Amino acid sequence: MQSTKELLVAYRSMRTIREFEERMHIEFAKGGVPGFVHLYAGQEASAVGVCANLSGKDVLLNTHRAHGPAIARGADIFAVAKEIYCRGEGLCKGRGGSAHLHDVKSGLWGANSGVGSGVALGCGAALAARNLKTGGVAVALVGDGAVNQGVVSEALNLASIWKLPLVIVFENNGYGEATAVDYAVAGKDLYKRAAAFDMPGVKVDGHDYFAVYDEVRLAVERARAGHGPSIIEAKQIRYFGHFEGDAQTYRPKNEVEQCRQGNDCLKRFRQHVLNENRVEESDLNSIDTEVADLIDRVYKEAKAARFPGEDELMQSIYASEYQG
Amino acid sequence: MAGKTYRQAINEAILQEMRRDSTVILLGEDVAGGTGAGGEGDAWGGPMGVTRGLVSEFGVGRVLDTPISEAAYMGAAIGAAASGLRPIADLMFIDFAGVCFDQIVNQAAKYRYMYGGQDKIPLTIRTMMGAGLGISSQHSQSLYPIFSYFAGLKVVVPSGPYDAKGLLISAIRDDDPVIFCEHKALYEMVEDVPDEPYTIPFGEANFIRSGGDVTIVAMSSMVHVATKAATELARQGIECEILDPRTSSPLDTESILESVEETGRLVIIDESGPRFGMASEVAAVVAEEGFALLKAPIIKVTPPFVPIPAAPNLEQLYIPDVAQLIVAVNKVMES
Repeated sequence: MQSTKELLVAYRSMRTIREFEERMHIEFAKGGVPGFVHLYAGQEASAVGVCANLSGKDVLLNTHRAHGPAIARGADIFAVAKEIYCRGEGLCKGRGGSAHLHDVKSGLWGANSGVGSGVALGCGAALAARNLKTGGVAVALVGDGAVNQGVVSEALNLASIWKLPLVIVFENNGYGEATAVDYAVAGKDLYKRAAAFDMPGVKVDGHDYFAVYDEVRLAVERARAGHGPSIIEAKQIRYFGHFEGDAQTYRPKNEVEQCRQGNDCLKRFRQHVLNENRVEESDLNSIDTEVADLIDRVYKEAKAARFPGEDELMQSIYASEYQG
Repeated sequence: MAGKTYRQAINEAILQEMRRDSTVILLGEDVAGGTGAGGEGDAWGGPMGVTRGLVSEFGVGRVLDTPISEAAYMGAAIGAAASGLRPIADLMFIDFAGVCFDQIVNQAAKYRYMYGGQDKIPLTIRTMMGAGLGISSQHSQSLYPIFSYFAGLKVVVPSGPYDAKGLLISAIRDDDPVIFCEHKALYEMVEDVPDEPYTIPFGEANFIRSGGDVTIVAMSSMVHVATKAATELARQGIECEILDPRTSSPLDTESILESVEETGRLVIIDESGPRFGMASEVAAVVAEEGFALLKAPIIKVTPPFVPIPAAPNLEQLYIPDVAQLIVAVNKVMES
């Protein structure tokens, strides 16, 4: 069972993601954020439930819906915001933008627009951890859309035959872009694909932090002990569109509102810990206030930050002296 | 120093680097061969026997047979390279790049730049290219120029055993992703190759033959076609200078321009396609930067614009040959 302190850390992380994304929704509409932005609000329990089980030697790989996992993994939120605004002091010096947040020092191997590639890259990170005897595991967060990519099937097979220390989390938010899972995925239960690759697979309520945390803990322990990969399907709902600007006419009316009212991961977390007397309500309220203040500062600083210098265009193409 | 085949030179480079550096691993389809089959292990060493013996010395933890899953193991090689290993990923035929193109060009090539220079990707992709074995369109292409398009990748195209060993050791020690393209018609070629490890820098052309009349740029197996043609042309009194750039990215444009400055005439022979290929690139560089040096229009000697047929007589028509090169050189000498 997690300590009070750990629970408050998890709550702070989820609240930070929520506030960051709600604010991004507003700021994006005002203009000034380059490129595509994919918001994670509603899905906080999965990234935070995953990252609460990871240590510094572990790595997280994820997708274009990148802000939440980056914050959950502990990347500097000011640098995250600056990267989304494509500024020179962003996590990736403004080269990656919203969908490619990456921070080696936080164990964030990164967001990726190749939506299924994280599973293959994660196989390599896991192989390296084993060969170099670091004791680390890799966790690949991929969406329901990526489940249909060939590279994911290939990588699941590879991870299984090599018994790699890898955990695969399918974040099933119901839509691959604007196409429903019910239409696009044969066999509605994504986790059942695990059976074909001879690994454990479970489905969890992706709005329940505790359910995610518990299943990921088992999977991480199993991977760390050398027993191979597992699949966890986290069923959830995203509160915004595929990307900002998506009119979402394809979604049932009230889908988001109902979830916000009755199944919101933050509300459920509060209820759970208060019912069980595991934290003080005043501590949760203080976090809410502190996070709101933090987000104000983060956006203010990000918007004021400099863009990369023009001399940076041709830098770091290669690790060697040759730059093309 | 001893006579070694291209195959032996490549095997020796990998062997020596794996002994020198425990982070070097080899993975790919049948790089050992026979894994899990119940018979003898180390059965193949790849279809051409290039990596034979390595699994016996280094074990299955460092020499990993993969399933036929090019996208997965190429992605894994990239992830491993980002995580402290120095993988050699064996892509059995360059044609199979179609299956893992996304991993190579959108992951490996972009990883360092897009993530702001946080990472290095010390990955070598060994692959086999070229026509001549009667195995048709999906096993015979010379696709190396495609990879030379991408900033973030380096592309090496060795024409013989000496270069193969030195360039492969450079590739393995390099901190960037390198596509190392072996020509399948060269594996039996023998040359003196030093026993000890040595490196050859990328981006430095090899002057194969000097001559003042015509510059011939040739890579990989075409170097040997060029050498034969030049010997024949010398009998006719035409002296050809042959340059083998050895790497298409980086490309030693400086040496090519220097040679054209001397000769004023350029013929490029290459086994990649006639359009948007290596010959087109070299021609474009010289047209752009050395137009005033030219006494005659540049000529490209390439295969025709067609997939590669299996029938040996048609395949021979496809591969650029000595006779075509001699015709081309004679033509540039007319102006």
